[in-house]
Amino acid sequence: MSEAVIKCEAVYKIFGENAKKMLQDSNGNVDAKTFQENGCIVGVNNASFEVAKGEMLVVMGLSGSGKSTLLRCISRLTDATGGKIFIEGQDLLNLNNKELIELRRNKMGMVFQSFALLPHKTVVENIAFPLQIKGIKTEESINKAMEMVKLVGLDGRENYFPRELSGGQQQRVGIARSLAVEPDIWFLDEPFSALDPLIRKEMQDEFLRLQEKLQKTIMFITHDFDEALKLADRIAIMKDGIIEQLDTPANIVLNPATEYVRKFTEEVPREKVLLIEDVMDESISNNLGDVKVSKDEIIENVAEKILTQEKSVAVIDENNKTVGSINPTKIINTVFGGRKNGK
Amino acid sequence: MEFLKKYPKIFQWLFLLIVFFALCFAIDVPETYKFIRGQAEFVKDPNQSSYIFLGKEVRYYAFDVFWRLPPLLGWLPIWINDSLFFLMNEWMPMEFWNEDTQEFKTRPIVLQISRNLTAFMTFLIELIREILLGGLETIVAFTSWDWIDANPWAELPGLPWTIVAAGFAILAYKLSGIGLALFAGLTMVYISMFGQWKPSMQTLSFILVAAPLSFIFGLTLGIAAYKSKRVEKALYPILLVMQTMPQYAVLVPALVLFGVGDHAAVIITMVVAVPPMILLTLLGLRAIPPEVIEAGRMSGCNNWQLMSKVLIPTARRDILIGVNQVIMVCFSMAVISAFIGAKGLGFNLLLALNQLNIGLALEAGLCISLIAILLDKMSLAWANKQVDYFGNLNFFQRNKNLLFFSITVIIGILLAYFGSVYFKGGYNYLFEVPHNKGISTADFWNKGVDWIFDTFFVYIKAFNTWLIQEVLQPMRALYLRMPAVATLVLVVGAGYLIGGIRSALVVCGLTLFIALSPWWDRALVTAYMATFGVIVSCIIGFTVGTLCFQNKHSAKFMLGVCDIFQTFPSFVYLIPVMMLFGITDTSVLIAVIVYATIPATRYTIEGLRSVPAGLHDAATMSGVNKFQRLTKIEFPLAFPHMMLGINQTIVFALFMVIIGAFIGTEDLGQYILKALSDKNGAGIGLTLGICVAFIGLIFDNLIRTWVEKRKKHLGIA
Repeated sequence: MSEAVIKCEAVYKIFGENAKKMLQDSNGNVDAKTFQENGCIVGVNNASFEVAKGEMLVVMGLSGSGKSTLLRCISRLTDATGGKIFIEGQDLLNLNNKELIELRRNKMGMVFQSFALLPHKTVVENIAFPLQIKGIKTEESINKAMEMVKLVGLDGRENYFPRELSGGQQQRVGIARSLAVEPDIWFLDEPFSALDPLIRKEMQDEFLRLQEKLQKTIMFITHDFDEALKLADRIAIMKDGIIEQLDTPANIVLNPATEYVRKFTEEVPREKVLLIEDVMDESISNNLGDVKVSKDEIIENVAEKILTQEKSVAVIDENNKTVGSINPTKIINTVFGGRKNGK
Repeated sequence: MEFLKKYPKIFQWLFLLIVFFALCFAIDVPETYKFIRGQAEFVKDPNQSSYIFLGKEVRYYAFDVFWRLPPLLGWLPIWINDSLFFLMNEWMPMEFWNEDTQEFKTRPIVLQISRNLTAFMTFLIELIREILLGGLETIVAFTSWDWIDANPWAELPGLPWTIVAAGFAILAYKLSGIGLALFAGLTMVYISMFGQWKPSMQTLSFILVAAPLSFIFGLTLGIAAYKSKRVEKALYPILLVMQTMPQYAVLVPALVLFGVGDHAAVIITMVVAVPPMILLTLLGLRAIPPEVIEAGRMSGCNNWQLMSKVLIPTARRDILIGVNQVIMVCFSMAVISAFIGAKGLGFNLLLALNQLNIGLALEAGLCISLIAILLDKMSLAWANKQVDYFGNLNFFQRNKNLLFFSITVIIGILLAYFGSVYFKGGYNYLFEVPHNKGISTADFWNKGVDWIFDTFFVYIKAFNTWLIQEVLQPMRALYLRMPAVATLVLVVGAGYLIGGIRSALVVCGLTLFIALSPWWDRALVTAYMATFGVIVSCIIGFTVGTLCFQNKHSAKFMLGVCDIFQTFPSFVYLIPVMMLFGITDTSVLIAVIVYATIPATRYTIEGLRSVPAGLHDAATMSGVNKFQRLTKIEFPLAFPHMMLGINQTIVFALFMVIIGAFIGTEDLGQYILKALSDKNGAGIGLTLGICVAFIGLIFDNLIRTWVEKRKKHLGIA
């Protein structure tokens, strides 16, 4: 992976009056309980991670886990109490107001759970808004906004007001608005949580299509574990402000780090999440059948093919080179077997 | 006993009432006490006691402290008055350059500020007035009298009424459409035809200065309060008092500070109109969802952009209600400030009422109401206006309104010229229809009034006598019969039962202020009139509201009617009642009832509407009939909101009672009116105003506390 676009070092966010002082006294060893007794609430507790260029990090956690707070620290909608945050190498917390505004105008886009559209502006005006704030001329910004309207598939509705749109359409406007300035970094705060299940699925697919095209660096917040698995390059699972585990979806499903994470993984249909690559045997035995499967296939798609074989099946990469093997028993174990063993 | 255990509150209330009545009966009316007519109090009476505080002598009638508290705050109005005079005439004298005499002159700083402010306001008003009506003061302000003598052509001729009317219609068309344009045009033609052009334009110029200034100040202060807790805390008590302060009361100090004239009227209007604007701005800004603010920040807004492009537009709904309020207050003040010499329709209205010329009053009142409605609708349309980016318009389409206007200007000038030729020597009706030279329906109305009087005199008189003798007099006597201590116990007890110790203390403080002022008796009379008005208004309002709520269209229609009625300046309500009932307490009370029924009706409909639809369905499925649904579901849930309506009703009623002083009542209002013509009236007027405001605040505090508790209890906070 290339250089980190977002980098967090021991980020803390503690709400309360003398939070800063208490954090200094605690020497980085923050215990939520002691803080609470002193009238402070710990939002984010010692978060350290990096997000690489073009990567999608999904932060998953239940309500109150601090995931939204973490995102707001990184977008500096609130100031972190402690720690360091770097955006493309710039120390975010040391930016002055003007630099921060510049950064937001050019590098960042954000989508909100409740859409947060401006009620007095039409679809196209909402989308053009960040451009006009930047000082781009009305006509130019409207043209650009119209491109965005087409991108998210709202052509013909550009003169509607937000109140005249359905939830899904409103969020498309939110997405278009956040993309209008062509930011490198894209923050999404539970963008699909307020939508109906069917619309949500449709929007997720749409979102993946967009990301394929745009290759942004993304931080995506959700409380839906399935959504996290579907979208993420890597997932960070948060609880009580602490990142419990940060890993690829496959590793989280296969090797949950804590009991808390395991609870989420238990109900996950593995065959739909894991790739052949995640479960294959890397040693290549000589006793392989004729059938070959690609390492990037989801297990579900090729399970039947493998299970009808008696021998192990060769796994190939995109260059048709055999990189490993997998036998039917392994598939059965993975899908139906005990949930404790790993690879 | 079971019952009392189940409802401990009822027991507590019963106990409070028993104590109250026991006190009332235990404390006898002192033999020397009689309700003193207004006139008598100004004559020095040998029976009066007196005390000296801060060097001021306060005279009063001494009674047992259980019966009436001594006016320990009697020095306050005198002290306020002296302080004002000190500020104006002696405090911090400084050297100021005088343009006219070309020399430095020593003047107290407050006086200088007041004079500069006056000059500025006068200039603004004159500027607009002279554009509309013609004149030369604006030109003089930039040049000199000598210059204008040498160049008489430079006098502004004023616009012919045709151009102003067309201008309004075109502006209305641009803002809203053909409907409003028609209304605007017809209004203007009506005003001109009926010979009210000059006073109307005077009033208009006053409002075009007062309303925008109030709006700007209110918005700015509202934003400041939103941004800083400290500003909010400093503003809050003033806002609270100003909400229930009668407009009359602020006139008097303004008279001292700014003198007589339109400029003082503008300043005083701002004092009255800014508080609601601040409150509504604050309310709107507070209600913005945090995510919208974050979205604005993430779009890269700096603070200014965030405020002007995100926060204010998002809070537009409430800010618009604020604009609406500002316009309403401005028109209301346009009439009231005629007392301190503002020119225009208000002055004519007041004059006509004074001469009992109902017809003329009606015409002036109609004009001012029409302009009020027009400006109200136009400001709303302006705020809702949208820009169309995709209209592929050519030059003509884009500028058609401007073009039309230019054409009408030319036509108007031509017409005016033509008129000057045609109506040779007489009045040029195509330029301006002179006052009282237009069509007048005054005679018709006056004849109508006479006819009503002749025909129904017996019935009206009988009703009047019955009401005054059987209802009003006994009620007033009852109120005056309350010993001060009993009233205090009742009010404080109610405060304690509703809101605990905090409410009790607040209410106690407010009541004590009134009780310790020299006008406790007057306050009781004000309270009695307001009570009567509120009770009747609420009965009417609740009934009408409930009935209208049964049907979607009638509910909407009724809300529309409320909107329009609310736009009428409060003084206008006095015209029809004087027409029917002459100069009696009945007239005042009926005006009070009509005026105060507006909020009662509105809040009833809104409250009933806010009952969730799900509950309707649930109730229907439980098999309730319409009546049961109303009594068991809708009323209990809507009641907190309806209580807020009662709160508004009280404020409106107090307001009208005070304005009713113009007809002649014996309450606080009459004293405020008296203070207006008193050289030393500023302190008295202000203190009286505070007394009235406090009566309103007592109820405001109790009702709001109750509503909040109730809403929490019902889970609809």
